[in-house]
Parts: sequence; C-alpha cells; structure tokens
Amino acid sequence: MAKQPAAVIGVGQTHHRAKRDDVSMAGLCREAMDRALEDAGLTLDEIDAIVVGKAPDLFEGVMMPELYLAEALGAVGKPLLRVHTAGSVGGSTAIVASSLVQAGVHKKVLTVAYEKQSESNAMWALSIPIPFNMPVHAGAGGYFAPHVRSYIRRSGAPEHIGAIVAAKDRNNALKNPYAHLHNEGTTVESVMASTMLWDPIRYDETCPSSDGACALVIASEDVAASSPNPAWIHGTVMRSEATTAAERDQVNPQASRDAAAALWKQAGITSPVDEIDAAEIYVPFSWFEPMWLESLGFAAPGEGWKLTESGATALGGKIPVNCSGGVLSSNPIGASGMLRFGEAALQVRGLAGEHQVDGARKALGHAYGGGSQFFAMWVVGSDKPS
Amino acid sequence: MRDVAVVGFAQTQLEDFDGSPTCVELLVPLLAECYEQTGWTRKDIGFWCSGSSDYLAGRSFSFVQAVDAIGVIPPVNESHVEMDLAWAMYEAWIKIQTGEVDTALVYAFGKSSAGVLRRSLSMQLEPYTMTPLWPDTVSLAGLQARAGIDAGQWDEAAMAAVVNRSLTDAEKNEHAVRKGGSSVEELLARPMYADPLRKHDCAPVTDGVAAIVLAAGDRARDVRDRPAWISGLAHSVDAMSMGTRDLTRSPSTARAGAGAGVEGVEIAELHAPFSHQELIVTRELGLGSDVVINPSGGPLSGNPMFSGGGIRIGEAARRIWSGEASRTLGHATSGPALQQNLVCVLDAEQKEA
Repeated sequence: MAKQPAAVIGVGQTHHRAKRDDVSMAGLCREAMDRALEDAGLTLDEIDAIVVGKAPDLFEGVMMPELYLAEALGAVGKPLLRVHTAGSVGGSTAIVASSLVQAGVHKKVLTVAYEKQSESNAMWALSIPIPFNMPVHAGAGGYFAPHVRSYIRRSGAPEHIGAIVAAKDRNNALKNPYAHLHNEGTTVESVMASTMLWDPIRYDETCPSSDGACALVIASEDVAASSPNPAWIHGTVMRSEATTAAERDQVNPQASRDAAAALWKQAGITSPVDEIDAAEIYVPFSWFEPMWLESLGFAAPGEGWKLTESGATALGGKIPVNCSGGVLSSNPIGASGMLRFGEAALQVRGLAGEHQVDGARKALGHAYGGGSQFFAMWVVGSDKPS
Repeated sequence: MRDVAVVGFAQTQLEDFDGSPTCVELLVPLLAECYEQTGWTRKDIGFWCSGSSDYLAGRSFSFVQAVDAIGVIPPVNESHVEMDLAWAMYEAWIKIQTGEVDTALVYAFGKSSAGVLRRSLSMQLEPYTMTPLWPDTVSLAGLQARAGIDAGQWDEAAMAAVVNRSLTDAEKNEHAVRKGGSSVEELLARPMYADPLRKHDCAPVTDGVAAIVLAAGDRARDVRDRPAWISGLAHSVDAMSMGTRDLTRSPSTARAGAGAGVEGVEIAELHAPFSHQELIVTRELGLGSDVVINPSGGPLSGNPMFSGGGIRIGEAARRIWSGEASRTLGHATSGPALQQNLVCVLDAEQKEA
C-alpha cells in the first residue's frame, strides 16, 4: 500500500527572542499556529488533529505541558499527540503529523513545536547528575567540540571554515524578520575575533538560546487542491542509533548516512547537490554545515568544507544552506527542527520573502538531536510526487 | 485501512524496582520475551516507538538510554512520545497504515518509586495557577469521587465493589502487585486515605515496563493462529481545567469509544487508576452489565506509569489469542481526572475489507 499524498499548506512561526516575556507558552504556540492557519486559509475548528512537539519538559518546568495547553491549542474534542525525540523533535513531530495524513486517517492536521527556554535554564536541564553516568556539565557545546575537532583533523579543513558558515547564516538572518539574532556587520574576521568557548567553537559560531514556536498545517491531496502553493511531501525519514557504542562514528554517524540514503531514494533523487534547490540543515555550531553536507551526500567525505568555502552554500550559490539564518540565528530547541522543515516548505512555495531562493522547486528539511544519534529529514517539492 | 493486529505483549510490574531509572535492565529481558513470542529477531521490526516521562525519570532525555536496550546497531526507524504506551502504539499503528512498514514494537517504562508519584504528577497541572498549590493526584481524584457521590451517581459501596472484584481477579494475575479480595463491608471498614478514597480505591504506586508487538496482514497470521485484529482505535482529549468541566463525566472517553466502535465487546480492560473512574469510563463507553470488566485485576492491582494504559490493550489482546473472547477492548487514560483517553477494540475476525 502506498502512502496517501500530503502537502504543507500553512507555515507559521513566532518572532524568536531570548525572552518572550510578552506571551505565555500557550500564547507563544498560538502566535505560530494562527499564522499557519491564516496561511492555510483554515480555522482551528476545521483541524482534525493536533500534534505537539518539544524537547525535554525540564526546559520549562511543566510535565507533559500539552495537557494543560490542550484547550489553548484547540485540541479539546480532538486527538492530541505529544512527540519528544531530543533535538530532532521538531522534524520528528512534522513527520508524525504528516503520517496521520499519509495513513489516510486525517485530512487536516495542525502540528506545533515550541520551546520557551527563558522559563528555565537549558544548561541545567541537560546536566542533572544521573547515577552511574559521567556528568558532562558543559552543555551541548562541550559535548560536540571533540566531534568538530575530529572532523577538522580528518578533513584537513582550514580553521576559518566555521567562521564562513557563521558569517553567512548571521547575514542571512538579516533577511528573515522572525530570526532571533540580527547582528549587523558580522564578517568572517569578526567571528574569528570572538571569544573561544569550546575550542574550536567560538562564541559567534554557536546558536542562541531562544523562545519560539513553529506550526505547520499538513493536508491531504483533496484539501491541498484548493491551496495556491502546496509544498508536497516527497519523502520523510527518521533514524536512531546507539548512544553508547565504541564503534560509533560521531562525526559522520551511520544513522545520518542511512537516513539520507533512504530519503533520497524515496524522493527519487540521485544527485542531491544538483537536484535540491535549498537546504535547511540543523547547524547549531557552525562546523556542522560541512559535516552534514558530507554525511547527507551533498559532498564526498572530506570535501564538505570546500563547498562551504567556495560560497556554494550562500544564498545564490549552487546549494544554498540555511537561507533563513538557520539554528545559528534562532534556536527554540523543540521548534528548531520544525523551523527547518517549515522553511524548506516556504522555499518551494515561493514564500520565503527576502531569503527566497529563486525558482526553488525541491528543498530539504533536516534535524538531528541527542549526541548525533537521532535524525529526522524530509524533502518537499512544488510538484506533486509522481 | 490495512488490517493490523496485536501479536505480542510482555510486561513486568514491581512494587519497587531496585535499579536504574533508565529501566534498561527491565527492558532487555522484556524485548527478548517479545522475540520469543513472535519468533522474530530485532531485524524483523520495521518501526519502534516508546513512551516515557522525563519528570518521572528525574532527568532530560530519559528515552535516550532506553533506546540502547534495543541494540540499535545498525540504526533503526524509531520515535518517542511523552505519553503512555497506548499512544506509542497509536503512532506505530499510523506508521503501519502509511504502508512504510509492516511491523512495529512499542515499549514504555517508568519508575514511579523514585519520587513521590502523586507529587511529581502535580507538575503536570496548569503551571501558573494550579501547580503552585501542589494539588496531588490522589486529592484531585478525591474531589472527582466526591463530586460523583454528591451528584448521586455512585456511592462508596459501588466503589468498594469495583475494588473487591479487581483484587479478587488479581489473585489469578502473576503480574499484580496488589491482590486479595475480601468483601465490600470489610473494605468499607478500612480507614480513609483522601476522603472519600481509601487506599485500595487508588492504584498502587508501581514500577514497570511493557511492550506490544504489531503486525499487518500475513505477518500477523504468521505469528499467531488468532491475532488480535485492531478494528477500532481512537483517542481524544478534554480541557484540563478542573473548574470548568463536569468531573463526573469524561467526554473524551465517550468520543474515543464512539470513534473505535465498542458495541459487542465481551471483555473490557479499563485504565481507571481510581475505583470511581471505572464507573465513569464504563458509563461513557456504554458498556452493559454483560461485559466483563478488568479480568486481569486492572490498574487497581498494578499501574506502572506510562505502560499502565498499554497493558490494558495487551491484556485485551491475550483474551483474543487464547480464544476466551472474540471481541475485546483496551482503554488508556492520561492527565488528571481522566482528561485524555484512548480506546482500542480488538477482534478475532478480520473486518471485511
């Protein structure tokens, strides 16, 4: 049995900020949801089911917050699901929502992912000492820095590649009114001059901590027929690998490679770098752009940094990456994956505004989480899949 | 829709699991039991989904190490819900319905004894006006029970009858952590715990894990002579606010029941962690007196958080496999005072396609 066709017909997001003191969690979600519904030309009453995603509950201090949010999210009287798959959750949540349509169970599904990091302290929430486990106490940056060092050693990439990514994404963010960081005048030199946090990751090469939400309306073929610009879902994939295994390659994880291979196959793509017009890739630390370019098959192993250095990943380049400014410019963790998925949809719908890639027809949305064990990806296109 | 059946079910229930809150030690033998029942290996599983809660585990990303219990080398197609096993099963059922996979193994775990459960669950309430008052689960259930008594919908004797039947039936359930019936009179003579609830009206705090195996079409028939075919699966949620809903009713249970189509069920396994809640759920589902309720002993005999709902579906499936019944249902609940509910109807006969 084949999947039923499904398309994104509405995308909404909040203005992402360090602290959204002006809204509650419910208000934050509704800001994104109301924009997605307006985009889709639907009302909340017309939605069949709601799928909520967010990262650990300890980030806000509420256990299973979707229960108290049910009424504000318009879920009362409907099926409500809550997904939590680490940093990849925004992507996984979009995939679960699309599967409700692809299964033929629902026709109009609204999914929302959020994080209100200012309610608590992510560093603390991630560093609770667990019996029999070595505490990291260094947040995500300290965890990933050795992986980046390993990548640099293996690939022989020059030291400034990470700074190129950071300067590009921060300048892209100036074209995105929703982005958290609008740091004018960021250059490779200014990034290189910023404080070293976790060698080789500098302050300007790290993602911010944001409050924000993203929502998507995903619809069946007959509902999408009345949309002027649906983003058809050409492929979705989720893969997980072990946390504790000596043979893991954390620089280029097998789960990532397997996921990409399965995704390109589903979407009928044989040469990603030629066939994908825009990619929104989860890059919380600058060096992950070249690392994921290789793992996803946009470049051969050891060659990803050359793509970055050549300018191919800039807006107007051969394979524009994170034209929205990416995770480096806005990082409401639970929503960050869905923002990648949603921005990919905006590109193929021609609705990305100032950061639109001219004529984009196929785009990648990508998210990863944990210590690079969890992956969620999709390909969306302006044409209905054949 | 594709025909999908429950073909495997394993559970462990303990009063106090003296081990890691990641529950990996409990999950490894549980998954082995699923392989033994199905004759499968890990590679036969097309999709994995788990259910658990970070707050129960007292840490972020509690599911991460549980994934290692699968032995995920090579990597697997996997997801997680911050919900009960029953909803993890729903996500897996959807995945099979898309045609992407034919089989799934879902599991859930929780170590309630690591904290004070009824206090931990206060963190589940509306954070601005409710949680700061720390109303605990048992007290909230007590308010619900009192509302029903005041409305004349049930009395303490009806609640005690539920308990007596459950604990009597639990004597035949090797997994039960509380068992032993007596009489309504004897139960009513015991002391109050959270008026009008006595201790036996409340599910025991339980540690545990459970797993369910799903398979489509011929994959299911390969495993079992009598697969438990899922003929109806639906869930719904109500508003949390305790002040604006009628606590003696559960509209989401009624909607889930209507969505799943419960008429004609012979056995119903209901996830009612408090005795009076069984009376509410029975009414909302419209179950007649001919329906056998909770022959396993139900949640009053053992209720591991995050697998307690899925265990009801597993118990309902076992009655189909054994030939004891031809149509059963499993119900799961989540949230304070029956806020969110799921109903799964299982049949020995496949629906006409």
